[in-house]
Amino acid sequence: MVTTFHYLLLGAALFTIGVIGVLTRRNIMIILMSIELMMNAVNINLIAFSNRLQQVTGQVFAIFVITVAAAEAAVGLGIVIAMFKNKETMNINEIDLMKW
Amino acid sequence: MAQFFQMQDLGAITPELELVAFGMFLLIFDLMVQEKRRLGLIALAGIAISGFFLFRLRGTDFSAYGGVLALDPFSIFFKTIFLVAAALSVAISLKYLDIERENHGEYYALILFSTMGMMFMAGAVDLVTLYIGLETMAIATYVLVGFLRSNQRSNEASMKYFLLGAFSSGILLYGMSLLYGLSGSTRFVDIAEALSRRPLTDPISLLAMITLSAGMFFKVAAVPFHQWTPDAYEGAPTSITAFMSVAVKAASFAMMVRIFMVAIYPLRPQWVPIMAAVSVMTMTIGNIAAITQSNVKRMLAYSSISHAGYILIGFIAGNETGLTAVPLYLFIYTFTNLGAWAVIVALRRKDVIGEQIDDMAGLFFRHPAGAVLMLIFLLSLAGIPPTAGFIGKYYLFAAAIQTGHNALAVIAVLNAAISIYFYFRIVVSMFMREATEKTGLVYAPGLTMTLAIAIVFTLLIGVYPDPFIAMARQAVILGF
Repeated sequence: MVTTFHYLLLGAALFTIGVIGVLTRRNIMIILMSIELMMNAVNINLIAFSNRLQQVTGQVFAIFVITVAAAEAAVGLGIVIAMFKNKETMNINEIDLMKW
Repeated sequence: MAQFFQMQDLGAITPELELVAFGMFLLIFDLMVQEKRRLGLIALAGIAISGFFLFRLRGTDFSAYGGVLALDPFSIFFKTIFLVAAALSVAISLKYLDIERENHGEYYALILFSTMGMMFMAGAVDLVTLYIGLETMAIATYVLVGFLRSNQRSNEASMKYFLLGAFSSGILLYGMSLLYGLSGSTRFVDIAEALSRRPLTDPISLLAMITLSAGMFFKVAAVPFHQWTPDAYEGAPTSITAFMSVAVKAASFAMMVRIFMVAIYPLRPQWVPIMAAVSVMTMTIGNIAAITQSNVKRMLAYSSISHAGYILIGFIAGNETGLTAVPLYLFIYTFTNLGAWAVIVALRRKDVIGEQIDDMAGLFFRHPAGAVLMLIFLLSLAGIPPTAGFIGKYYLFAAAIQTGHNALAVIAVLNAAISIYFYFRIVVSMFMREATEKTGLVYAPGLTMTLAIAIVFTLLIGVYPDPFIAMARQAVILGF
């Protein structure tokens, strides 16, 4: 029997994978994908809670999150293209014009 | 629950609706006009009309759309800050964008959309509304930071700001999802009630609190989540740096007040120690890192980090004085900081970037008025009377003493002393060194207007703060 708890575990695992991906990977595309993974972990959480509480609020919230994630991805890819035109690299370590 | 939508709800968001309408109009109008500076003037008109609508709503206190959006003195005070910051940022952009040759209509539209998002953030008393407002602001700002498309530093700043901003939004959202699960509601009051029924050491509430605070600390650039700030501030167009350092920061603090003082207020004994540690680190690291900088934009970025540390004291104190100090400090900071950035914008000429401390050498001999204005803004940032910055710091530190956080107050005062050192590096450069070049400052009506408004308020609040303190107190006294 799959309970709410299992879904929350799945959400937590996905979220952790996303965070580790953002922190350790060096390719901008993979970092973007990891951020999407974090957002989707949140969606799983929201829908699991929504199902447990038998109300739609969580699902509505999840739809908003999906919408915003789409907008964010569009802007993010735009920024990647703008950057790639000036400097052909996808490696975050080579984006070091300004000192940390 | 009452009927979800009533006509008076629509009245509650007229300032925001008006900004959106002007933003859309600007996007279309951009295709029709050649003289792009006119678009900036239209944007200014839009902000002014929005301010007029906001003025008509003053004194109201009700929650619209079935209790997801509050229109109280608190949100109106913050919305005033956003509109002032947006107007002054547009005013300093008019000439600056010409010099950078990036004068496009989208720039002004994005500023209006970003301001609209902030206004929803300040009014949000519901997680969904808060999140949408936050992202509307953030996405518009990501684009603005990268607006100098052919400039590699601007690309880089925008990339870093976007990656860390989206990452922090993800963390913030995870906390929000847990809060929803705990309370079965996205309204702040319901969340507070659900949390107060749980024990203080409940692991899920603690996890929610920690992820939520981490996301918030990212947004206000508190240590250890501050690394994006210097890069984003340095690479962004200077007018946008000014906008981000006052408006985006004020919006993030407005959101923080709502979350920490309403939604997770029952967990206060748990978050006060975390916040005290973050506040001390933010002040100290921000000020110490600022000492070594040779780029003025980067130095002011670190200075803005340390200011976030001071403001956190208001949350730690949590009494009436402390909470009054948060909006008051942000209000003062808006004028002081925008003034300082306006001087830096004026230093940007055709071939001179004007960001290094050396570029300011001998400014007093080339352009005395500009140097004296910068001196007053820096004194205010350092918190020296009779400037406005002193009043803000005085309130924050007094709140810490009143609530028995004496060690925190001592550290804060020591930090204010450190900050005088690096602010005066700029002053020494302006007044005591030989001018290395002859060119003066850029003159433009928008810049002059911004400098005039900023200096008037910096000095006025410094000598006669009572009405502004009363406004700030009025803003927090009802809601929190």
